[in-house]
Amino acid sequence: MSDIWIDACAADDVESEDVLRFDHGGKTYALYRTEDDRYFATDGLCTHEKIHLADGLVMGTIIECPKHNGRFDFTTGAAKGAPVCVNLATYAVKVEGGRVKLRVA
Amino acid sequence: MSADAPRRVVIVGAGESGARVAIALREQGFGGEIALIGAESHPPYERPPLSKAAIVEAEARLPAIGDAARFAELGVDVRLGVAVAAIDRAERRVRLADGVGLGYDKLVLATGAKARHLPIAGAEHALTLRSYEDALKLRERFRSGGRVAIVGGGFIGLELAASARKLGCDVAVIEAAPRLLQRAVPPELGALAEARHRAEGVEIVTGAGVQGFAPDAVLLSGGGRIPASTLIVGVGAAPETALAEAAGLAVENGVRADARLRSSDPDIYACGDCVHFPHGLFDGRRLRLEAWRHAFDSGAYVARALLGADEDYLAVPWFWSDQYDACLQIAGLPDAGATTASRDLGEGALLLFHLAADGRLVGAGGWGPLGKIAREIRLAEMLIARRAHPAAAALADPAVRLKSLL
Repeated sequence: MSDIWIDACAADDVESEDVLRFDHGGKTYALYRTEDDRYFATDGLCTHEKIHLADGLVMGTIIECPKHNGRFDFTTGAAKGAPVCVNLATYAVKVEGGRVKLRVA
Repeated sequence: MSADAPRRVVIVGAGESGARVAIALREQGFGGEIALIGAESHPPYERPPLSKAAIVEAEARLPAIGDAARFAELGVDVRLGVAVAAIDRAERRVRLADGVGLGYDKLVLATGAKARHLPIAGAEHALTLRSYEDALKLRERFRSGGRVAIVGGGFIGLELAASARKLGCDVAVIEAAPRLLQRAVPPELGALAEARHRAEGVEIVTGAGVQGFAPDAVLLSGGGRIPASTLIVGVGAAPETALAEAAGLAVENGVRADARLRSSDPDIYACGDCVHFPHGLFDGRRLRLEAWRHAFDSGAYVARALLGADEDYLAVPWFWSDQYDACLQIAGLPDAGATTASRDLGEGALLLFHLAADGRLVGAGGWGPLGKIAREIRLAEMLIARRAHPAAAALADPAVRLKSLL
């Protein structure tokens, strides 16, 4: 695993209990911030129909796809029931100097 | 699972709702027999993409819910390309068109709906959209160019108009009502949709009756003529109830069911487009919903009910439509509202909240980019499900996070 961290955004760019889209290297990611200020990252597109998850709703640690309400736990990427059954890839995230960084490889 | 759970479940109709019953039964640990019977020869597939992706994407692809292998893995006996000929309620058996008989303990009718046609001269010249084959036909027509005339300015008509424009066709939409999307969408949102279609170059004719079709034109009641090489009728769908009627079940704008989606025979449930049921969130008002989400939710609900769940079907009605890069979403029942609060999100995005006379939120709708409206409508849906009474001023204020009202 590489040790290259990509600078994504300022920590405050992601609102509390919310999600932000981040595009890098031809891919799209979703960055999450929990109510207690933990940060996570997953693939940006729902595994069901290629919809941007950053357009969806975060409740607790669940992101819900805006199209079909497929749910994932963004801390693990686990699909949480129909219509989604394929898990999301997750990525390591750290906050340094007020910036959110993720490791994409 | 309750002690009197059925051993054999037969599901008539292998669309979204019927397939969902089968999948949800297995997800909840049902170990009995499940037969899923579809008159179409395709494995179960999603219909929403038929007016959009199935037409405009470079490769035509059946939007399958699951293939034969998936259903085999689930242990579901899927029988495709065969209609159910009759239900023998006394014997609790269905007879298939190929002569096979299947016994059931519980039967689920998920027979869906069929596209309405107009009973007018020349109707045979017009196409409709319901099945994947219909979509392939439209795909071919739109790609061969020429002018497209669509009778009906509802969801299907407007989605097809957007798809035809995307593929470079000239498009006219003819609507009998004074405005587009009259049946299910508040006028403010309908106006935004209309403006967008006009900006995309669609010719829109409202308040115009149609008296017939020529092979190459729509003939308006007032004597006008709209020439087109492809003629389409998108004037809604009628529930598929022939089987239920023949079996002597109560039928009234669909299979008449109670709040638990049981038909007049307690061993027969109905879900999806074909069921007509009283909704507990709206004072028991009887609804028949033609929407993907309801097909999904009511299918999943019937699976729970078959396994003994002691609850009514209370899912909040929810519709969406994609047109160009804009999205329309409706939650609840806008027409159950007495007053409306609107929230302008900028960039042409608008949210409407519909409050009943007692201040309860009963409906919400939005038009705009998916990223602007989807999560707000989802939150509104949750407020509607909770029978919340949010302040109109808070709903109208873009600075107030809807999440804070939960």
